[in-house]
Amino acid sequence: MCVGIPARVVELGPAGSHSAIVDVEGVRREVNTVMVDDDGLAAGEWVLLHVGFALTKIDEAEAAETLAFMRQLGSVYDEEIEAVGIELP
Amino acid sequence: MKYIDEYRDPETARVLLGEIEALAADQPQRKLMEVCGGHTHAIYRHGIESLLPDSIELVHGPGCPVCVIPMGRVDDAIAVARADGVTLCCFGDMLRVPGGDSTLQEAKAGGADVRIVYSPLDALALAEREPDREVVFLAVGFETTAPSTAATVLAARDRGVRNFSVFCNHVTIVPPLKAILDSPGLDLDGFLGPGHVSTVIGTDPFRFVPAQYGRPLVVAGFEPVDVLQGVSMLLRQLGGGRCEVENQYRRAVGGGGNRRGLELMREAFVLRPHFEWRGLGFIAQSALALAPGLADWDAEIRFDVPGLRVADPKACQCGEVLKGALRPWECKVFGTACTPESPIGTCMVSSEGACAAYYNYGRYSPRARIPVSAS
Ligand code: SF4
Repeated sequence: MCVGIPARVVELGPAGSHSAIVDVEGVRREVNTVMVDDDGLAAGEWVLLHVGFALTKIDEAEAAETLAFMRQLGSVYDEEIEAVGIELP
Repeated sequence: MKYIDEYRDPETARVLLGEIEALAADQPQRKLMEVCGGHTHAIYRHGIESLLPDSIELVHGPGCPVCVIPMGRVDDAIAVARADGVTLCCFGDMLRVPGGDSTLQEAKAGGADVRIVYSPLDALALAEREPDREVVFLAVGFETTAPSTAATVLAARDRGVRNFSVFCNHVTIVPPLKAILDSPGLDLDGFLGPGHVSTVIGTDPFRFVPAQYGRPLVVAGFEPVDVLQGVSMLLRQLGGGRCEVENQYRRAVGGGGNRRGLELMREAFVLRPHFEWRGLGFIAQSALALAPGLADWDAEIRFDVPGLRVADPKACQCGEVLKGALRPWECKVFGTACTPESPIGTCMVSSEGACAAYYNYGRYSPRARIPVSAS
């Protein structure tokens, strides 16, 4: 549960909402961006996502590499992707 | 070098391994601790240990937040979950963590309303959607996760959501590291620091490791090449008589950490005077509680929690494993009585726990001797 997973910003929420829609391996969800908003976030950019919050911005090449790596990680990756897709209970 | 070809960048890995071999040849035996569960998982998944020279030993540290939750706190969470009208929300990892006599999963099977969420924000959304339920979020995690809980509870306050509260078990990384450095007979030569925790707190809080304890620390990312580069940087320091905090993971980590994340934590939390860690005992100022101003959202205040201390089962040696004093397979119940399907200790529950990582991937490592029943 401690790993961050790369997510691509699809659409920013209204100004001041600290939210964005991201795409994680085809799963879309709303996430909180309060920790990265100071760095200026734009659609198309990548973030490291952890429990519904963007932890830090990462560049695209880094995101692609990390995802490729995580896919080989097996259970940790599967759990993370599965968790991102958990619907509101 | 069978598995190195599986690496994303086998060439870089080969160069780094060559470097490590050359550095290790001029040095005595070195014992390096990887602090974080993410590293542990990567190390076993990728057979990194078996690629390193025999004189380099990697030992696992206390950096898996699920592994360090003591049984008494699990019992407390179960008691809250069983209270009338309560819906307890937690991360999936927590369901199977053994308490004194049951788990949250068993409580759920017994009728308690326990639900898995991905984010604390989902628990808050649930509270807003179901105003008749008392929704409690079971918060666990190091500084990577704590800002998320902070932002969520502050949002609950700002939006006046009264049927939401947090059962806070957030822990901090520096005090257990100190406890390990203070333990008698310490024989660790250096540390691989946690990459994702450092995105929040930065690298500065680790300066005490070289300054007070004379051990180098390199903050490293999670990929095999990151770990190898971290090991190489540590050996370079040790060989050259240097002792500093270095940052291998520059692409995500800055020295000062995440300003906004740290602010959120300061607003929402206070340090507890002490907190019990599974296997490590009580450690002063090592965990976070909700700030007094947030008492109305604090599940520990709003619900009756037994708050009892429950001794770890006799057979369980998680404490020794978390301190790096014992290798997972050296625990008497590893792979026999204690398996991921029916864990006795917490290190077997989370896939980032040292025992689970060994159990799942340890067969790649010639140093691990897995009992026949485990394969
Ligand atoms: S094998 Fe089980 S009981 Fe032994 S240290 Fe590992 S998790 Fe703890």
